[in-house]
Amino acid sequence: MLSPYRVLDLCDEKGLFCGKLLSDFGANVIKIERLGGDPARNIGPFYGDVPDPEKSLFWWAFNINKKGITLNIETADGKEIFKRLVQTADIVIESFAPGRLDDLGLGYSQLSEINPSLVMVAITPFGQTGPYKNFKASDLTCMAMGGIMFLTGSPDRPPVRISCPQSYLQAGAEAAAGALSALYYCGRTGRGQFVDVSIQASLVTLLLQARISWEISKKIFKRSGQIRGGFKAAKGMRQVWPCKDGYVCFNLALGPAGMASNRGLAELMKSEGMAPPLFNEINWDTSNFGIATQEEIDAIEEWIGKFFMEHTKEYLDREAEKRRILLFPVSTVEDIYKNPQLKARDFWVELEHPELNRTITYQRPCITYSEGSLQLMRKAPLIGEHNEEIYAGGLGFSKEELKMLKGAGVI
Amino acid sequence: MAEKVFEDIKVTDLSWAAAGPGIGMFLASLGAEVIHIETKSHPDVLRSGGPFKDNKIHPDKSGSFAQYNAGKYGITLNLRSPQGKQIFKKIVARSDVVLENMSPGAMKRLGLDFGELQKVKPDIIMVSASLQGQTGPARERIGFGHQLAALSGFYEVCGWPDRGPEMVWGAYTDYISIRIGIVALISALDYKRRTGKGRYLDLSEFEAGVGLLAPEILDYTLNGKVVKRMGNRCLYAAPHGAFPCKDEDTWCAIAVFTDEEWQNLCEVIDSPDWVRGPEFATLTGRKANEDKLEKLLSEWTVNWTAEELFQRLQRANVPAGIVQNPREIQEDKQLDHRHHFWELLHPQIGKHHYEAPAFIISETPVEIRMPAPCLGEHNKHVYTKILGLSDQEFIELSANGVFD
Repeated sequence: MLSPYRVLDLCDEKGLFCGKLLSDFGANVIKIERLGGDPARNIGPFYGDVPDPEKSLFWWAFNINKKGITLNIETADGKEIFKRLVQTADIVIESFAPGRLDDLGLGYSQLSEINPSLVMVAITPFGQTGPYKNFKASDLTCMAMGGIMFLTGSPDRPPVRISCPQSYLQAGAEAAAGALSALYYCGRTGRGQFVDVSIQASLVTLLLQARISWEISKKIFKRSGQIRGGFKAAKGMRQVWPCKDGYVCFNLALGPAGMASNRGLAELMKSEGMAPPLFNEINWDTSNFGIATQEEIDAIEEWIGKFFMEHTKEYLDREAEKRRILLFPVSTVEDIYKNPQLKARDFWVELEHPELNRTITYQRPCITYSEGSLQLMRKAPLIGEHNEEIYAGGLGFSKEELKMLKGAGVI
Repeated sequence: MAEKVFEDIKVTDLSWAAAGPGIGMFLASLGAEVIHIETKSHPDVLRSGGPFKDNKIHPDKSGSFAQYNAGKYGITLNLRSPQGKQIFKKIVARSDVVLENMSPGAMKRLGLDFGELQKVKPDIIMVSASLQGQTGPARERIGFGHQLAALSGFYEVCGWPDRGPEMVWGAYTDYISIRIGIVALISALDYKRRTGKGRYLDLSEFEAGVGLLAPEILDYTLNGKVVKRMGNRCLYAAPHGAFPCKDEDTWCAIAVFTDEEWQNLCEVIDSPDWVRGPEFATLTGRKANEDKLEKLLSEWTVNWTAEELFQRLQRANVPAGIVQNPREIQEDKQLDHRHHFWELLHPQIGKHHYEAPAFIISETPVEIRMPAPCLGEHNKHVYTKILGLSDQEFIELSANGVFD
């Protein structure tokens, strides 16, 4: 859908997901790396468990579909080449510290003179201006400053982040939304603009009702591990349950859909002779567990817990689907790969990796539309893989000039 | 007044809960006209979710509903009645986009699926967001947003290595779905602007969520490794965690990757001497002695407030952040500088804040123009002024329960 557009991607790990999403939707994204390769190539895991900049699975995942060139934008020649590329581009994405590209003479004000319809997107921890603009950050500190970390983890331990870094991915997706908003405006008016994305701000939306609960009710939610709190009489209800081979996510649910779910589980337990006499006394069609006492909840949960421990997550998942029980497996990456729904929707696709002489399984873009799915075109680029195509083919450099620029440390 | 990105775009927003309405609110904040449709017998599910103003349970007093629906008109319409369907098609006929996130198949049962809507608006763009997509054996599976985060793999990697998985706060996959939905929708709008063609977009929240674990899934398919939760630790940084501060349940996150950052941290800590010990001088040493390092560091951090530590460490160029609670988020100086929250007067909730997109866009600024609508608040305006029904028609249709 975005095939007429060219995107120059100058980002490090903070912004790679933005270009990835744009390329999912058909944009021609050129990843511009420093000589020797982007530092994000050092982020694991690695193919074959071998740390190697050409084998970073992090890099592969978030640079898929992009073409890759190397360019030293700190040299005079590098700047000129970059400016020539900007003349051909619709969007530039960058994640340098605020002011860095201005210092190099490649900031938005300078580039928009060359190309007034350019959309430039900057992704930084806190944004381009303001009291924290120069503060240092990482995924962990962003998750802390964005608020979701306070609400996640066991109550008797420090708050936790999600172990697989997430903040740059959320911000990258927000940046793609901002980039396309600006691009859409440009399509109508011919005028480009600057989009200043804050990673911290991109996480605030994850708080769901927590911020507004502070504002309206002066209530501060707290992290509660595997239990969900906030009920009338009961302290909490269990959400994460151990089962025979892992964990499942289930809670005694409220409301009409919840009653059907609770009854479904009770019937399943009865059918296997694992429901206690207590279950016969409960009217599953009218019981509202939102007002139950902790003792009542505990008495029911004890039996549910025993039942789950007798079964695998796959079995429980299957029965849940059949009986409309609000239960899902706590998936591991292995479970995700084997998930039948994803398989049925052709979620996994093979891409050639000629340098390894094999194909590798990737996820397709997560939108399908009336004319078929979005396509993966190519694996992530090797370092400088498309230098010749872009520099010789696109910009018209001769072989001699390319040799000179390589020798001089420009490309 | 500055121009708006989407001032030429009209959206019919039939979605509910968070994942769909978040898309509509984004477009509204950049100038689109968004009409959010509910039924009186089944209002948006978030209207029955707290927090409620003055703790009074009432559909117009829900903060959860409000925060995803600012800037929209709110109307009620009975889509089961034939006249209701006709009116709905009239609304669609003047729209560019239809958003919906009913259970897959429900729009078809109502006779309002994409094919039918194309008949009244050939270039319509329709986004159907759902838990697991419009096709496949699990398409009709019901579930809560927070459970999708478990299904998509996030619970498994949340928590501590010596304990089971823990809940990720909220409905984690909803938010990536909102963002990817926006990206898909604007791509389709741009495509339509250039070609005149509409599109049907099938967005699976499960698939959107799984995308954020792509490297870890490759690690499984290629190396056979199943990633596990590791608290706050990071393979190539130490210290890397949340450390306790002076006040109850206050924490400062500290992430030291380089020798320089470690040296800077040592300068701030100054004494006691343990920081200069040889066992912590290298990353290898800090990783090998990480339990001890965390314990000693905690004994030092607890002397400071989180704000003091944050400021001192940042002045010394050490990556650090307050583990901010919801109140601190609301009062955050940097977010305030960016005008991230917009204060509006809601007729039932009173003055409160709405969240803007997480970017500042230079020429076409974000504007949250209206508080979230009360149930059916704009019926008269939308049906008579926008749709052009006569007052007489409006009264008759109301009496027939078409707007219930």
